[in-house]
Amino acid sequence: MCCAGCQAVARTIVAAGYESYYETRSAAGPTPRDLPPAAIYDDPLAQRQFVAAAGEHEREVSLILDRIRCAACLWLNEQWLRRLPGVTRVDINYATHRAQLAWDERRTKLSEILEAVRAIGYNAWPYDPRRQDEVRRRERRGALLRLFVAGFGAAQAMMYAFPAYLDDGSGTLTAANEQLMRWAGLILTLPVILVSCRPFFAAAWQDLRRRAVSLDTPIALGIAAGFAASAWATFTGRGEVYFDSIAMLVFLLLGARYLETAARQRAARELDHLARWMPSFAQRLRGPDDPAGERVAAHALAAGELVLIAPGERVPADGVVERGASSADESLLTGESRPVAKPPGAGLVGGSVNLEQPLVMRVTRAGAETQAAAIARLVERAAAARPKLVEGADRLARHLTLVVLATAAAAFLWWLAAAPARAPWVAVAVLVVTCPCALALAAPIVLTRANARLLARGLALTRSRAVEALARATDVVLDKTGTLTLGRFALARTATFGALDAPACVALARSLEGASRHPIARAFGEGPVLQVTDSKNYPGHGVEGVAARGRVRLGTAAFCRELARGAPPPAGARPAHTTVYLADASGWLAAFLLEDELRPDAADLVAALKARGLVPHLVSGDDPAVVEALARRLGIEAFAGGASPQDKYAYCERLQRAGRVVAMIGDGLNDAPVLARADVSVALAGGADAAQAQADLVLLGEQAQARLSAIDEAFAVARRAMRVIRQNFAWALAYNVVALPLAAAGFVGPWEAALGMAASSFIVVLNALRPLAPRAPWKASTYSSRSRSFSYS
Amino acid sequence: MESLYILIPLSVVFVFVIGWVFWRALESGQFDDLDRPAHDILADDDRPREDEK
Repeated sequence: MCCAGCQAVARTIVAAGYESYYETRSAAGPTPRDLPPAAIYDDPLAQRQFVAAAGEHEREVSLILDRIRCAACLWLNEQWLRRLPGVTRVDINYATHRAQLAWDERRTKLSEILEAVRAIGYNAWPYDPRRQDEVRRRERRGALLRLFVAGFGAAQAMMYAFPAYLDDGSGTLTAANEQLMRWAGLILTLPVILVSCRPFFAAAWQDLRRRAVSLDTPIALGIAAGFAASAWATFTGRGEVYFDSIAMLVFLLLGARYLETAARQRAARELDHLARWMPSFAQRLRGPDDPAGERVAAHALAAGELVLIAPGERVPADGVVERGASSADESLLTGESRPVAKPPGAGLVGGSVNLEQPLVMRVTRAGAETQAAAIARLVERAAAARPKLVEGADRLARHLTLVVLATAAAAFLWWLAAAPARAPWVAVAVLVVTCPCALALAAPIVLTRANARLLARGLALTRSRAVEALARATDVVLDKTGTLTLGRFALARTATFGALDAPACVALARSLEGASRHPIARAFGEGPVLQVTDSKNYPGHGVEGVAARGRVRLGTAAFCRELARGAPPPAGARPAHTTVYLADASGWLAAFLLEDELRPDAADLVAALKARGLVPHLVSGDDPAVVEALARRLGIEAFAGGASPQDKYAYCERLQRAGRVVAMIGDGLNDAPVLARADVSVALAGGADAAQAQADLVLLGEQAQARLSAIDEAFAVARRAMRVIRQNFAWALAYNVVALPLAAAGFVGPWEAALGMAASSFIVVLNALRPLAPRAPWKASTYSSRSRSFSYS
Repeated sequence: MESLYILIPLSVVFVFVIGWVFWRALESGQFDDLDRPAHDILADDDRPREDEK
C-alpha cells in the first residue's frame, strides 16, 4: 500500500467481493498518474471514429487496456465492467489485452465506463479495431486451421500406414486390404495438401513467376514430389506410399512456423504503442480571446492555430506554449516519467500529457508532421531496412537453397541408378532437411526486439544497420557542448571587487534575474531573494533594477560600465567562460564566471563505457584547457580541444584508419559531418530536431532531460543482439552442413528430415526470444507501465 | 476382415466431420484467446450481477 488512494481502491475491490484479485495477482501495480479526462470520448466526433452501433440503443467499442500486469488484472477488469449498470457485454482477450464492450446508450455513457476502469487503477482507451486486428485474427485462425488439419491428418494417415509397417509378408495383410489402406491414406492426405500446404505452394508459385528461389521452394517441391509419387503408387498399385510421412512433415513445418509467427507478432505489438500516441481530437480556439473553442479532429489542426489543452489531456500536436505554465509528462517519448516544466515559450511535443494547468498552445506542426509521427516513420524505416549482416544471410540462404535443389537432383539420379524405389524419398528428405529458414528468420526477430527495447529507453533507432556497428564499436567519440554538458550555464566562480562578498553578490544577481527568463538566470540557483523594484530588461545587454543599495545592473561589461564607469577590473576569466558583471553607481561589484553545466550522468556514462572495454574520446571545439580539465575530471584519456568540425572529422578518420570502429555521440545538428563519418552515430537531438538529425540513433526528449545511461544500455543491447544473431547463424550453418550429406546418403527418412528441420527452426526462434538486456532495477522515479511491459517481454 | 471395408471409409468420413467441427469452432472465435481459459479456472465468479439481483 503506497498511499491513501491505494487503500481506498483496495477497499473498493474487497468490498465488492473481489479479494481474489489479491490472491491471484503476480505483480504489483504502478503508482497512479494523471490521465486525460474520459469525457472527451463522449464527443460525437470521437464516437464516430471508435464506436459502432450494435442494436437500437446498444453501442459497441474496442478498448485497449493499459497497466495490465497479469491475468488477475484482466479478470478484475472484466468482472468490474460486467457489473456496471448498462454494460451488456464484456469480452477481454487475455492474450492481447484488448476488450470488446457493448453498452446500453440509455443507461450509461462511454466515459463512465472508462472512468470505472480508472477507478480501480487501470486505464482503458478506445481504438479503431478495423486497422490491424482483423488481419491478424484472420492470419491466426488460418494458421491454426492449417496446423490442425495437418496434425489430425498426419495422425490418421499413420493409422492406415501402420498395418503396412507391421506386415511381415506372411499374408495377414491381403493385397486388397493394403490397397484400401492406401486409398484411405490418400484421401486423408489430400486436405493436408490442399488446405495446410497452401502457404508453401503459394510462395513457391510466386518464386516461380519471379524466376527466383526462396526457402519455400524446396519444401513445396519436396511435398509435391512425395505426394505425387505416393499417389501414383496408389493408382497403379505398385511401389511404396508415404502419406503418413508427408502429412507429418507438413505438420512439423507448420508447427515451427506457427511458433515463429507468434513470436514475431509479440515483438511487433511492443512497437504498436507508437501508433497510439496521439489523441484523436483537440480543442481549437478561434482566436486569442476565445475562451472555450471548438472540438476538432487532431489531424485537422494546422500550424499557427491555437489549441487549449486542459490538465490531464494529451497534447494534440507539436507546438509552443502561448499562455499559461504547467508541466508535461513526456514519458511516452523519452521513457522518463518525471514531469518537465513548461513555461510560456517552451516547446510541447505531441503525445505528451499536460499535467497541472490549462495551457494555450500555438501549433507548429500537426498531423503527419509532428515529431511523434516522424519518429514513428523513422522507426518504421529502420525496421524495414535490413542490416548488412542480415542481407548477407539472405544471400547465403538463397545460395543454400540452390545447393539444396542441386543436391536433391543429384541424389535422386544417383539413387535412381542404385535403388530406384528409394530415389524419390531420398530426394524429398534432402529437400526438407535443410533449414535455411534459420538464417532468414532469426535476425529479424532479434532486431525487432532490440528496437523495441531501445525505444522503451528513449532511443530511437533510425537505421537498423546501427545495431551491428554499435556492437562492434571499440571507440566512443564524445562531443562536449550539449552532449556531456547540458548547454546551459552554471556559476563556476565569483570574483568580487570589494563592496560586497560573494554570497551577497549572487543573491543580488539572483534577485535581478528573478523576473527574467534568460538562460543565465538559472546559473544563480535557488536561494534568498532581495527586494528589487523597477526592474527592466535590456535584451542582449542585461537587466537593471532598484535594490536596497540603489540602481544595480547585471550584464555585459559595456552595459555595466554605463553605470559604474571605469574599466572593469580583471576577473581571471578563461576563454571558455561567459563573464557577467554586476555593478552599481558606486562601482563594480562582482564578475560571475559562468560555465556550461555538466550533465549529472556524464561521469557515469564514461565509467560505464570504460567498463565495457570501450575507449572514450572527448573532442570539442572549446578551449583546449577547458576540454582537458573536463576530460581529466571524467577520466577520459584521449581528448582534443579547439577542434573545428573538420578536425573532428579527421580525428574520427584517423581512428578508423587505425582499425578502430568509431561510435560518435553528438548533438545531431552541429556535428552532422562527423556523425556521418563515424561507423555509428548517436544524436542527442533535443525535442523538435530529433526527426532531422542525421544519426543512426536518436536520444529522444528535451535535451536537458536526455538520459545518457540509455546510450550505455544501447551498447549492451546491441552486443547481446548481435551475439544471438551470430549464434543462430552458426547453428543454422552447422546443422545444414551435417544434415545435407546425411540426407543425400539416405540415412534420413522424410519425417525425420522434417523433425530435424522443425527442431532447428524452433531452437533458433527460442534463442532469438531470450532477453536482450538484464532487467532494469526497479526504481519508483523511472517507473512507467510502458517500460514495465517492455522489460517483461 | 470384411468389416474393414465399412470401418475404414467410415473413419475417413469421421475425420472430415471432426475437421469440419474444428473449423466451426475456430470461426466462432473459440481459439482466439488461448490464455484465458487457464486463468478462468482460478477465478470464476458465479454471483449474479448487481442489476439482475
